[in-house]
Amino acid sequence: MSQIPRFRRGFRFQWEPAQDCYVLLYPEGMVKLNGSAGAILNEVDGRQDVDAIVQSLQRQFPEAGDLGPDVRAFLEDAEQQHWIDLS
Amino acid sequence: MTRADALPSSLNPNNAGPPLWLLAELTYRCPLQCPYCSNPLDFAQTEQELSTEQWISVLRQGREMGAAQLGFSGGEPLVRQDLPELIAEARKLGYYTNLITSGLGLTEARVEAFAEAGLDHIQVSFQASDPELNNAVAGSRKAFEQKLAMAKAVKAAGYPMVLNFVIHRHNIHQMPDIIDLCERLDADYVELATCQYYGWAFENREGLMPSKAQLVRAEAEVNDSRARLQAKGSAMKLIFVTPDYYEERPKACMNGWGNLFLTVAPDGTALPCHSARLLPIDFPNVKELGLREIWYDSPGFNHYRGDEWMPEPCRSCDEKDKDFGGCRCQAYLLTGNADNADPVCGKSPHHERILAARRAADHATAGLQDLVYRNARNSRLFFQG
Ligand code: SF4
Ligand code: SF4
Repeated sequence: MSQIPRFRRGFRFQWEPAQDCYVLLYPEGMVKLNGSAGAILNEVDGRQDVDAIVQSLQRQFPEAGDLGPDVRAFLEDAEQQHWIDLS
Repeated sequence: MTRADALPSSLNPNNAGPPLWLLAELTYRCPLQCPYCSNPLDFAQTEQELSTEQWISVLRQGREMGAAQLGFSGGEPLVRQDLPELIAEARKLGYYTNLITSGLGLTEARVEAFAEAGLDHIQVSFQASDPELNNAVAGSRKAFEQKLAMAKAVKAAGYPMVLNFVIHRHNIHQMPDIIDLCERLDADYVELATCQYYGWAFENREGLMPSKAQLVRAEAEVNDSRARLQAKGSAMKLIFVTPDYYEERPKACMNGWGNLFLTVAPDGTALPCHSARLLPIDFPNVKELGLREIWYDSPGFNHYRGDEWMPEPCRSCDEKDKDFGGCRCQAYLLTGNADNADPVCGKSPHHERILAARRAADHATAGLQDLVYRNARNSRLFFQG
């Protein structure tokens, strides 16, 4: 899969010290992200494709086993939610 | 940065969450006169607006406390000449910035300039789906055309766009047309918000509240539209806020008093919600106190935190953690005592007031011309008594 995920216009991903987590901000709304969602979306930079994202996470969490299926499922879900575009 | 839950409990006895959401009501000035405006009835009395420096200080303090969402509203925030400066500062601080506007006073050039300053999103409010009704409700002859042009400009500049329609008995029949219009304008989100009866809307409730039959029909129409949008893969989201007067349990107002939302009014008064000003409570002012003190320590903000303050039936109710006894403003307006259960609740001894309003809505005959319009002349009548 060589799709490159990007955040849709109007969605901003950032670290919030006060909440001690990553959040996704959008018009008049905010989603608090759990650890794995935050780690995955933190790799979404508009340049890396899905495979590169999986590899990068695999390097960060070497003990975690094969992350590929979960990461792909999460990104597809994020696209369904209209947070990101996969193209 | 300090986290609220890291504060010693003596400083945060009610375990209040941080004010993640800051609403900056920059001004009460507005070229329109909506008869459901949420501004206080005596807004004309409040003329001293915070300066640019004072607003910037509020934004900094709020961000330090964890605020992430920032709304610029009013009145009409566009009348503030320092808006680009405030937007730029907010963006630099890391806020997600929302501009909530009637579209009057907006130009393509300003839409672009705000984008450059870092504005994230613009919400344009409409009064109806056609010029006649829109302009009659807004009390302005050119409003509709201007709103259309600005919605197009917002979209062209690449912003995500929320279109907001305040829904009441005189436009609720337009639901399909409203949704149609939003599709044509390519809105990302559509807020169909039935009036909440505070401020001017409370004065005008009889003339605004839809009947049950109107509401049921509108809900069905919205559901049909949702299904249709989904079937064609549209990303446009419809958010229908129904009036709580037709519920048997109140809403968890503001997600709890002083728990998430912080409003700063044009003159610097800090409020747990934009309509709380009508309550007989002394609220602190950002000119006199720091935001942290206001949020965690002031009597105004602690007044309805926790549940110690609750009388019956809320006190011994097993649902009190769910709805916090409902809305304090509604309790005050309908029962004369803000401590009471929100009368929307079927367990409230004052629930009859809500039932009476529903019956009245079935037989109301008031036309648009009978409503009290929000303008300085009418406002002065309210504070001169
Ligand atoms: S509700 Fe209408 S009158 Fe009130 S501030 Fe908004 S546009 Fe102006
Ligand atoms: S009695 Fe009070 S706490 Fe219980 S459901 Fe009604 S409003 Fe909520």
